[in-house]
Order: sequence, then C-alpha cells, then structure tokens
Amino acid sequence: MLTTSLIALPLAGALAVFLLPASKEWVGSLALAVALAELGLWITGFFGKRQFDFGSAKIQFEQKHAWISDLGISYHVGLFTFSFWLVGLTTVVMAAAIAYGLWAGRERANAYYALMLFLTGAVVCVFSAQDLILFYVAFEAMMIPLYLLIGVWGGERRVAATFKFVAYTMAGSLLMLVTIIVYGLSHGFDLTTATTSSSVWLFLGFAIAFTVKAPLFPLHGWLPDAYREAPPEVAAVLSGLISKVAAFGFLRIVFTKFPDLGAGTPLHDLRALFLALSATGLIYGSLLAFRAPDFRGVVAYSSLAQMSLIGLGLFSGGELALSGSVLQMVNHGLISTALFLLAGAIESRTSTGVLKRLGGMARGRPILASLLVAIGVISLAVPGSSAFAGEFMILAGTFQRGWGWALAGLVAIVLAAMYMLRLISAVLHREPGEAVPEHTPDLRPAELCIVGALLAGMLAISVWPAGIAKHSFACLTETQTVSTTQPSTPVQIGLECVSATQPLFGSSATSAGVNP
Amino acid sequence: MIKTPTIDWLALAPSLALAGATTIGLLVAVLVPARARKQVAWFVCLAGYASALGTAALLFDRSGQARTVIASSLFRDRYGALAAMIVAGAGLLTTLVFYGERAAPDRVGERFALLAAAGGGMILFAQAASLLTLFLGLEWFSISLYVLCALERERPEAIEAGFKYLIVGGFSSAILVFGSAFVYGATGTLNLTQIAGKVASGNLLLVTGLALILVGFAFKASAAPFHAWTPDVYQGASTPVSGFMAGATKAVALLVALRVLTVSFPSQEHLWTTATAVLAVASLVVGNLAALVQRDLKRMLAYSSISHAGYLLLAVTAASSLGGRALLYYLIPYGAASIGAFAVLAARERELGEAATLDNLAGLGWERPLYGIALWIFMLSFAGFPLTGGFVGKVYVFAAAQQAGWTWLLIVAAVATVVSLGYYLAVVRSIYMRPGTEKKTPPPRERLLGTAVLLATVITVGSFFAAEPLIELAKHAAGQLPF
Repeated sequence: MLTTSLIALPLAGALAVFLLPASKEWVGSLALAVALAELGLWITGFFGKRQFDFGSAKIQFEQKHAWISDLGISYHVGLFTFSFWLVGLTTVVMAAAIAYGLWAGRERANAYYALMLFLTGAVVCVFSAQDLILFYVAFEAMMIPLYLLIGVWGGERRVAATFKFVAYTMAGSLLMLVTIIVYGLSHGFDLTTATTSSSVWLFLGFAIAFTVKAPLFPLHGWLPDAYREAPPEVAAVLSGLISKVAAFGFLRIVFTKFPDLGAGTPLHDLRALFLALSATGLIYGSLLAFRAPDFRGVVAYSSLAQMSLIGLGLFSGGELALSGSVLQMVNHGLISTALFLLAGAIESRTSTGVLKRLGGMARGRPILASLLVAIGVISLAVPGSSAFAGEFMILAGTFQRGWGWALAGLVAIVLAAMYMLRLISAVLHREPGEAVPEHTPDLRPAELCIVGALLAGMLAISVWPAGIAKHSFACLTETQTVSTTQPSTPVQIGLECVSATQPLFGSSATSAGVNP
Repeated sequence: MIKTPTIDWLALAPSLALAGATTIGLLVAVLVPARARKQVAWFVCLAGYASALGTAALLFDRSGQARTVIASSLFRDRYGALAAMIVAGAGLLTTLVFYGERAAPDRVGERFALLAAAGGGMILFAQAASLLTLFLGLEWFSISLYVLCALERERPEAIEAGFKYLIVGGFSSAILVFGSAFVYGATGTLNLTQIAGKVASGNLLLVTGLALILVGFAFKASAAPFHAWTPDVYQGASTPVSGFMAGATKAVALLVALRVLTVSFPSQEHLWTTATAVLAVASLVVGNLAALVQRDLKRMLAYSSISHAGYLLLAVTAASSLGGRALLYYLIPYGAASIGAFAVLAARERELGEAATLDNLAGLGWERPLYGIALWIFMLSFAGFPLTGGFVGKVYVFAAAQQAGWTWLLIVAAVATVVSLGYYLAVVRSIYMRPGTEKKTPPPRERLLGTAVLLATVITVGSFFAAEPLIELAKHAAGQLPF
C-alpha cells in the first residue's frame, strides 16, 4: 500500500494544485506541502508496524492489479531495498526543487507545480515498477512534464534544447518499447517472474535506451543544452534524479534479465565495451567540466562524469561495486541538486553563469561561500565525505574486475578535484567579477534552508555511509531459471551471495512458484 | 405469395434507428419553422445516434452466438455490434460538435440528416455478410459523406473536397464491385462465409478479386498509396465532418476488411498479409513524413490519419485473434482523439474565422486551458504516449504484429512513431511555448463543443486506465472471427 500511496499522493496533489484558484504563492505552498507530505510518507517506511525490512531480499510493499490481462500486463509495484533508497532520493530532491520554484516565484504557477508533482509520481512509479510496460509507462510519463518544464519555463534557447532532449530520449525510448514487446511476449512482462534471456539484440535495446537517459558517453549529446536551458530546479531534477532512473534500469532490468553466464551471454561479451564507454565518459566528462565556461556547464559535465563512474561500478558487478553504485547514486543526486540550485541562486543575482564574469563572491557573503565550498568539497570526494565512501567502494569493486578500469577512475578523481576547485575559486575568490554588483545579497534564509537541508543529508550519509551501502542488497544472488533450456539452474549475475536460498529479485508472492 | 426471409429486427435496429433519424431529419428540414429547424434536426440526429448506440449495445449483449440473419445477408455477432457501437459513439460526439458549425440558413436541417445517414450506412456495412449488402452499406455512407463534404457550397474548398471525394470514392467503389464480380465468377457466391474454400486457393480469378477488394478497402481506410484524396477532403470538408471521417469511416473500413479477409479468404492468408504489410509500411512512411511539413492543422491530421491506417494495418497483418482485439481496442481511443482534435480545431476556426494553422494556434493552451489540455492529450494519444489510450493501443498492435512474427514491421512502426513526434509535439509547442496574439473579443462560449471535447478526453485517458473492460469487449467481439 505504501508504494501505491507514494505514487498516488503526488498525482492527486498535482490535480489539486492545478485546479486551485489562488495566487502563485498559495499554489506553490500547497505543492510544497504535498511534496513534504510525500517525504514524510517515505519516512514512515522506517517506522511502524509495517516498516521496511532491510534484511530481506524480497520485494516489499508489493501490490499487483491486472491491467491488460490479454498480454499479461499488470499494475505491479513494490520496493527492493535499493529502490527504497532511490524513492527516498526522489522525495528529497523533488521537495527541494519545488521549494526552490516557490522561492523563485515561477509564473503560471498552477501548471508549473502540477507538472512538478506529476513528475514526482512518475519517478516514484519508475523506481517501484515490477512490470515492464508499467516501467515504460512511468519512464515515458516523466518525459511529458520535463518537456514542458524545460520548454515553457526554460531559458532563451529552450525550444532547441527541448527538441534535442526529446529526439534523443524518444529514439531511445521507442527502441526500448520494441525491445520490451519482443522480450515480454517470449519471456513475460512481469519482472518478478520473467525468465532471463541471452539475446544480444534485446540486451542492446534496453542498454541503449538507458545509456541515452543517463546519459553515458557517447549518447550524451542532449545533456549540455538541456542542463543549461532548463530552469535551475528542473536541471537539478534532471541531473540529480532522472539520470538515476537509467542506472536503476540497468540494475533492475539489464543485469537481472541478461545475466552473465559465461561466453555467449551479452553481459559477458559486452561488459568490456560498456566498461570502456564508462571509463571514456568518465575522463571525457571530467575534462569537459574542467574546460566548461560556465557554472552550469561544470556541473552538467561533472554529472556526465559521475554517471559514468556509477556505470563503471554497475558494469563491474560484484557486491562492493554495486553497493557503492547505489550509495553514489544517492550522493550524486543530493550533490548535483544542491549545486544546480546554487547555480540558480548565483544566476538570479548576477544574471549570468559565465565563470569569467563571476568571482569574488565570497567576500561579504559567508553563507553562499560556506555552502558552495562544503558541497564542492564533498563532491570532489574528500576522505570522510559520503562521495568518498561511494567512489572508494566503486573503485575497489572495479579493481576486482581489472586494475585498468580502476586506474581510469583514479585519474578522474584527480580531475574532479581540479574542476571543482576551479569552479569554487572562479565563483568565490579572485577579484570581484564584472557581473557581480557590489551589494549582491548573500543567500536568503529560504535558499539557506533548501540547500542546507540537502547538505545536512550529505553530512548524515558521510557520517554513516554504511547505512545505505550495507542496506542496498540484502542477499546477492539471482536464482531465477534460465529460459527453458536449463530449468532451475541457479544463476550468478555477478552478485556474490551470502546465502543462495533467497532470490534477489524474486517476488515474495511468486518466488516459490518460479523456483521449483 | 412471395416467400420473404424472417427479419431479425434487433440486428437491423442500429442502422434502422439512423435511417429513421435521417427520414425524420429530412422532414424536419422542410416542415419545421425556420427558427426551430436547427435545434429539432440536431436533436433528431442526436436521438438517432443515441438509440443506435443503445440498440447496438443490446445487440452485443444478445449475440453470444454469431450467426447470419435475414437470408444470410447480415451477420448478427458481437464483432459487428461493437463496430456499430464505435460508429454510434463517434456519431454522438460529432453531432455535439456539429451543432455550432456555421451553415447557410437553407441547409441547417439537412446536414444533420446526412450525418445520421452516414452512420446508418456504416453500421450496415460493418454487419454485412454478403458482398452485396457490403456494397449497399458502402454506397449508403459514401454518398452521404460526399454530399456532407460539399454541402457548404459557398466555400470553393468544400466543393473541391466534395468533388474529389466523389470521383475518388466512386472509383474505389467501382473497384470493389469489380473485385466482387471476380470473386463471384470464381466461386459462384456472394456470401462471405461460402466464398472460403469454394475453389483452389491459387485460383487466379479469386486472387484478382481479392486484390481488387483490398484496394477498395484501402481507399476507404485512406491507406497509402490510395490516400491521395485524404488531405484535400479533410481540409475542405467542414471540420467536424473531417473528424467523423477520421474516426468512423476508417474504423469501419478496417474492421470490415479484417472480417472479409479472415472469413472469406483464409486460405490466401499468406497473400493478403503480405499485401497489408506493404500497405502498412507505405502508410506509415507517407503519412508521417508528409505530416512533418504541414502548417495547416487539418492537413496535418489528415496525414496523421493516414499513418494511423498504417498502425491499424499492423493489426490486420497479424491475422490473429490478438490482432483483431488490438484493432478493436485501438479504434476506441483513436476515434475519440480524432473527433476531439478536430473539435478543438473547429473551436479555434470559429473563434478566428480562418483555418487553424500551427501559427495561429499559438497561445491556445494558456488562453483556453480546457481546449489546450485536451488537444495536448489527443496529440500524446496519437503519438502513443503513456497515460492515454493511444499508448495501450500501440503496445497492443505492436504485440500482435510481433506475435505473428512481423518483427521488422514492428521496427518500421517504431521508427515511424519517433518521426511522428516531430509534428505532434510541434502542436504542443505551438499551443504552449509560443506567445499568442492579443484577441479583441472573448471567444464564444460553446457548451456542446466543450462537452464533446471533454467526453473525448475522458475516453482517451480513461481507455488507458480502464483498459480491461474495453479489452473484455474486444475479446468477445474478436472471438467470433474465425482464426
């Protein structure tokens, strides 16, 4: 029930917000209240009689309802431990984004906040979908609000940006739809019972769609425009949240349904390719971030680099790298949201994000300086920070796959320090830039609250990264049967397991039936 | 005493209701005083469609066993009954939109009578069990539509549309009759069920007849390469009528095509599936590419309807029970979205007094929120986006094609869908992302048109969330086709 409530609450809120005839402040406040209620609803998952069991590998808060019975498609939702964290990230990021939108006073408030809440519901639905078509529905439903949020409230070149964004992602999505149909008709649409496949084409169909959405090198062409032209809070959502949807897709669909069974299976054969693409994207993105002329450019390309690092972890496989990837998804979600909101705060004061025209903003603006430095330092993975824990786990896991891949990661971490310090010094230090008026105010209390809350989240994870990393995968084995040729063969999908009795991605309701 | 067949009145009731509405409507057009003429004629047409819908639903309920009635000239089955329900539903929505359409005072009554007549013909066409009744139904609705297109004879485009439609439509009817003659020559029967298995499956006469009949259907369904009339006719006809043609004519043409192909030509399946696959690809390519460059919205929707004929032909090509269900399901949200989209365009035309284009649609979303959102939803449904019935329809049709082994066709259709976003999203961009011009006068309030748009929106979105009941209906209906 909790899962459905988490999906339905923001959708109902979107309708209410859309119809509320009130000033934009009231509409925004209602939207923020709904977003905070959503966050609260997620937190109730930790407590109470029906609390989330992090020790269980089974799907929880599961609900299933027939939808298109003719094709065996159902509304089937539920949460695994790692999806639970991603849903939490969604509620936090969306609440921050909506709060920022309220602070920034977005025009056409009814439509704006309705779309933001609708987006919240869609993202939660993606993270909890246990049916391929439902997953696709939610995946596409995210596109509708994003398209309008960028296209209506975005910057000057927004129409071109939305066109690129839609062209890239829709091409990927429809490829995925074809793949889902071809896969679903022979293996089943329900993710908890669908059998595994070793078709390279189907594997690529899913993998390319997620590569576009993340984005990973070389399908990231839409990223710079969309991240620059979107309103800052929407850019924050795009990089903090929507990119994680793709990583989730790899984790939930690609790795479990196309397991590595040795030569002849796509994950085995193409693993090196995807590791190479991730490593390339990691270094390429970091270099571009170092060269980017503006604040948002730095964050956008660093986001590409970070997603590549997560990709590196995901494709390395193994408990360490996968847990590290989930931790890093949450970290990066919080960090890039905070950075984009800070970018928005700076742009609204100086009406530019170009680093050359900024500078010297630290003097007389202690709150802005402290927040930017603190978040920047966390993001460059200083030891003790949450990002350090995540990146360390990913690299340690990657090292087990091959030291060369880990080396690429190490180079990128050095580069991350370079671009982040360059950003900090270009904004805060040096002589005051020409675009910075003398009496530019410091961060307002509202902005402090929003970004400060995100920073508090990062610090909390820094203190106890194991809270997420140790509670992402309760049991690390896949024991689903492989198509029809080898019935009831336990399958390692690269996730070493402690006990082989429980399936990692089996449904609590149906696991007994699937594994005879 | 002449021996007459027993009449199954219930099977005839939907088309009889509309024939009755036509007769009364024509009488109203001359007998009722001018000031009440429009209202009364409109009401008669609405009542005709409502009773057609009611009786079709009753027929659906009472036709658990499919059989032919009235000297084997009509099918009494759920497939025909569901087709009748789709037509009647489309007619109801169109009647609501049609009320506010400007018309010369000497023709206000006739157009409603003609609209009712077109629906009656379509229902008879959908139920036909013999090539003769099939042709009868076809001509009945076609002639009504020719006149309906040309009725506003003050506008040269209307005359052009009516004339083109008449010539091309007459031509296609002739081809269909010609094909029927070949089939009769080969088998000695016009009865659809008896054609099957009468002669060897490779019989040249029969195959030629099949090809000609298929061409006739392709004309009516406006599938490429037999689509050339569609953009001109949709553009020239009055907007609600264009919506009705997109939503209802195409629906019955494809439904009857599937029925005739499966009932009469099962042993030629390998031939006609190839033919429909080619038609589908041609429609997808031509429709989507040509729509990309249109500025006039009605022409764009015309090309969009050609591309949808392509998607629907995917379901026909599947030649399976799943394909039949997919076809029936697809037509429901598609029909609603078509009529709804043309209704919004009609509203814009009435407001501006000129044809709706991508340019003068700018700002509609903020000026008139209901129409904006509705048009947005219809475009998303056409493009097969989730949260609209168009998505379920596409998944359904794609699944049917894949299950029948047409994977390459599925890939073509998916690429075509990506292309189609280019123009569907251009509409969304126009209504939301471009500033509108200042309007001097507030737009006229049209409650009936608003109701129709709202209903169409509800059907488009509702068929996504409540797909199951509609699939149930489609299951019953398609289950009576011989697969």
